[in-house]
Amino acid sequence: MKLRLYLTFDESSVTKPVIWQLGRDFDIVTNIRTAEVKEHMGLVGLELEGDEATLNAGIAWLKTQGVQVEPIEQDVIEG
Amino acid sequence: MSIVRALKCRECGQEYPIEPTHVCEFCFGPLEVVYDYDKLQGKLTRELIASRPQTMWRYKELLPVDGDPTVGAQNGFTPLVRARNLEKALGVSELYIKNDSVCYPTLSFKDRVVSVALSKAVEFGFTTVACASTGNLAGSVAANAAAAGLASYVFIPHDLEQGKILGAGIFGTKIIGIKGAYDDVNRLCSEVAGKYGWAFVNVNVRPFYAEGSKSLGYEMMEQLGWRAPKQVVVPMASGSLCTKIDKSIKEFVKLGLIEDAGTRMFGAQATGCSPISRSVKEQTDLIHPVKADTIAKSLAIGNPADGFYANRVIRDSGGWAEDVSDAEVVAAMKLLAETEGIFTETAGGVTLGVTKKLIAQGKLNRDESIVVCVTGNGLKTQEAVLEAITPPRIIEANLKDFDQLAAADGVA
Repeated sequence: MKLRLYLTFDESSVTKPVIWQLGRDFDIVTNIRTAEVKEHMGLVGLELEGDEATLNAGIAWLKTQGVQVEPIEQDVIEG
Repeated sequence: MSIVRALKCRECGQEYPIEPTHVCEFCFGPLEVVYDYDKLQGKLTRELIASRPQTMWRYKELLPVDGDPTVGAQNGFTPLVRARNLEKALGVSELYIKNDSVCYPTLSFKDRVVSVALSKAVEFGFTTVACASTGNLAGSVAANAAAAGLASYVFIPHDLEQGKILGAGIFGTKIIGIKGAYDDVNRLCSEVAGKYGWAFVNVNVRPFYAEGSKSLGYEMMEQLGWRAPKQVVVPMASGSLCTKIDKSIKEFVKLGLIEDAGTRMFGAQATGCSPISRSVKEQTDLIHPVKADTIAKSLAIGNPADGFYANRVIRDSGGWAEDVSDAEVVAAMKLLAETEGIFTETAGGVTLGVTKKLIAQGKLNRDESIVVCVTGNGLKTQEAVLEAITPPRIIEANLKDFDQLAAADGVA
């Protein structure tokens, strides 16, 4: 399956090669579609392809690296 | 006559045909409805609009629906109230409340966006509509779907308060409570929207849904006597309303329906969820996502999809953004109720609270017109002000007791 996500990096994670490590440690194809990196934060639009369990494990790992993971729709739960 | 041209990526400009889709396949940028305004030149006149029924659909040429709406044909056209008591209280010369707390049928501005989204969904051939919401949007989707004979699903966090579930459940919608952290619930909703063949109003039909907000701006300008205010204060959750009111003003100017007044846009958030106002105040264009913690639940979007665009509209227009504490929200709700007889939900307290703050800061000009957008009804967030109202004084059922009380009040 494919997922389309926005990853938000904070000051501590913005310089780490997190996406490279995600592809190396999990059986996930990563495809960067948009990115903006500044000194204090970064935003990456990323397509991930893999089986569901692997994707879930990869996303859980991303969160442990200080990366916020959201669907490209961002917050879809409205008031 | 429809003048809709295409869906266009706000980032890379790629255009797409009119379909139930919402992001650019190339760069993941959000899609927006674009129009051929030239086709309307000289045809959409003040007189034509004024001759039509008083609903949001009197501006139908500028909404992305072919022909007449099939859902929510009665929605919109809420009062624009000249708030003279509030003007005195705030020390300003010309202040109006655009009062969507009485929007038909579910007492919030969401009835505007849902009317457009569901009408478009019917055009596309959908028979089931859905949304993810903790409040106003859920009620509006459920009610408007019921009236249109559409099946509906509403997704909520499983621990949502009973009162909020009631506001959607009464309309017979199917409510699904999802266990898990907010982020997980959010992601699941996005995945459901992608997998099932439904019109998910704030996902795959979002470009059309969002356009409904423009009707609030059109009404505001017509009700002001075909002019734009100098300053507008808008509550911000996703930030969409701010961008769409700005778009409505630019469209009316482009079509020659009003003069350009150089309107400045001002955004309002609660301090406990203020990613957009923070970005404006820090003069950056990056939105730092936050975990929401505020009584203004209807504005509690920690990672707002239109935050970047709202920021740009505010800064390009020469406006500003601010945020207020929960205590200031409650105080502003009381102020609006006691001066103008309008009971707004917490979001309205945010907007008026920020208005007050911006006036004090000199960011809002006291001598120029101000429109404050109130987008929801106070009956929906009564718990926020329970402690703020004066409890009733209890007396025995005899005149003597009341006489004593009246004397204490100085009533002869």
